[in-house]
Amino acid sequence: MNWKNATLPHNLFTAIIRSMKIVCLLPFILVILIASGCGPPQGNQASGTPQAQIAYIQNKGSDTMVNLALAWAENYQGLRPDVNVSVTGGGSGTGIAALINKTVDIANASRKIKPEELAAAKKNGSDPIEFIVARDAIAIMVNPNNPVNQLTLQQLSDIYSGKIDNWSEVGGEDRPIVRLSRETNSGTHVYFLEQVVRLGQKENKTLFATNTLLLPSSEGITAEVRDNPNAIGYDGLGYVVPEVKVVAVARSSSDPYNMPSAETVNNKTYPIARDLYMYTTGQPTGEIKDYLDWILKPDAQAIVKNLGFVPIIIP
Amino acid sequence: MKSRTPASENLITAIVKGTGYSAIIFVVVIFIFLLSQGLPTLREVPLSNLFGTRWYPIEDYFGILPLLLGSLIVTLGATLIAVPIGIVNAIYISEISPRWAREILKPLVEVLGGLPSVVLGFLGILILAPYIRQLLFISTGLAAITGSILLAAITIPTIVSVSEDALDAVPRSYRDAALALGATQWQTIWKVTLPAARSGVLTAIMLGVGRTIGETMVVLMVTGNAPVMPTSFSALFAPVRTMTATIAAEMGEVANGSTHYHVLFFIGIVLFLIALVVNITASAVVFRSRKRSERILS
Repeated sequence: MNWKNATLPHNLFTAIIRSMKIVCLLPFILVILIASGCGPPQGNQASGTPQAQIAYIQNKGSDTMVNLALAWAENYQGLRPDVNVSVTGGGSGTGIAALINKTVDIANASRKIKPEELAAAKKNGSDPIEFIVARDAIAIMVNPNNPVNQLTLQQLSDIYSGKIDNWSEVGGEDRPIVRLSRETNSGTHVYFLEQVVRLGQKENKTLFATNTLLLPSSEGITAEVRDNPNAIGYDGLGYVVPEVKVVAVARSSSDPYNMPSAETVNNKTYPIARDLYMYTTGQPTGEIKDYLDWILKPDAQAIVKNLGFVPIIIP
Repeated sequence: MKSRTPASENLITAIVKGTGYSAIIFVVVIFIFLLSQGLPTLREVPLSNLFGTRWYPIEDYFGILPLLLGSLIVTLGATLIAVPIGIVNAIYISEISPRWAREILKPLVEVLGGLPSVVLGFLGILILAPYIRQLLFISTGLAAITGSILLAAITIPTIVSVSEDALDAVPRSYRDAALALGATQWQTIWKVTLPAARSGVLTAIMLGVGRTIGETMVVLMVTGNAPVMPTSFSALFAPVRTMTATIAAEMGEVANGSTHYHVLFFIGIVLFLIALVVNITASAVVFRSRKRSERILS
């Protein structure tokens, strides 16, 4: 096409094209300006070096402990504004894996570190040191309409391994049992496997029944238990909501049945109780040491009590 | 207008060509990474374990069959629900609805496709699962059927959009000829228009299936994540565990380079291959029929 015969005047045409070119360049200019603002984060030092800048502590792991760890972090922020503790969940397994990979300062775990994890950590140069920071009871939850009020450890083990399949076998109605559990990366899951399904016996290799529902969050468990009369679930005492019913547990049929509470955990009459741990890579120094020392003091342990866990010292 | 010099012409051609090839290169690089991280599984886990029926990674049971069958069951259920509803919707929107209704319905269907899957999963746990449990008298609502229904809700917009475009592309002369021969409107749609748009509709279904296989959040929240081996079609009404939910739930806890890590990447390879097969089949259908219709119409 011969542009000389175009109907638009030539000047107007080129003016339009030029303005369009500038408009099209704008996004590129914006991207360059914004990208130039990116750079390495300031003050992201490993904690332990005392500096006037903010020190960061990475705290990762147990979902059971995540609310507790958050509450501690927020309170500590008030005392020491120059220390920033970042808390994430993901499960005890996730926290310990990060500890092995040395990508975290403090790992939260609601179960003890396993021998193979300890070996992997030492091989990687990360030497885990264990601190017990609180105690917890595992509550067994059923639907409020379920007539069952008490169970023995053996009955719980048989329910969760699949040997008992109907509520009528443990004194309830004629309904199938729907078993709810946390995912395999959860310390609560591993603790329950070892202490309840396997009754604390090291040679016992019983597993959860294959149709146990592995739900990714505590909220999922309480929602299903609250709604489904067939359901049974377990979780830390701090996650029990008023809409579900907690059953009393006995070590055996000749022992007394006890409900989970701070008292029954501390006087060891509730059979499913555990310690909550924090692990560090090597002996803690500097800011990490100060944080852990503060956690073991009465002020921090009072927070433990408020959240439904059991403090290790009476505040 | 000034003519462009050959140098800038070559430069622009090279840039455009490179951008085009980069798409293939990204896919190949991702696949190579998956292979490098996933193939050590074959050395570390015996095949009888890997293709066994028990998935319990913390005790070294790495049987991926329950996961594979779980994904397939949920996808099958979702396809069975989504395909009839999607095609009928597409037929209504393109053939039967008046023009003003079409202007409203098509964007609305696109909006349904934009719903975040985690929102659907949330609604699934709180509302759909209890309702399904009471409606079907099964022991729990967190089952494959609930996942299938929600996945169908995500897939229907894809199927409707692409099928509706395919039905629209059928030349008017086909419909006019059928009506001239005395066919009713339904006979025209069912026996003339829909078969003529067959390749586009098949592409739509394949795209929907591809999306369903890879969907993670909904199945993680709603199918119960129980690694049961499905033995019959009644497994649709029981909890299942899909491959995508397994990777999402467990990837955070694995130590870099451990056996569990390699097995998860192996599952990723299986997923990748399934998606690849589905997409290749879809594009093969499209290309094959284009040549045939070109021959017929020329």
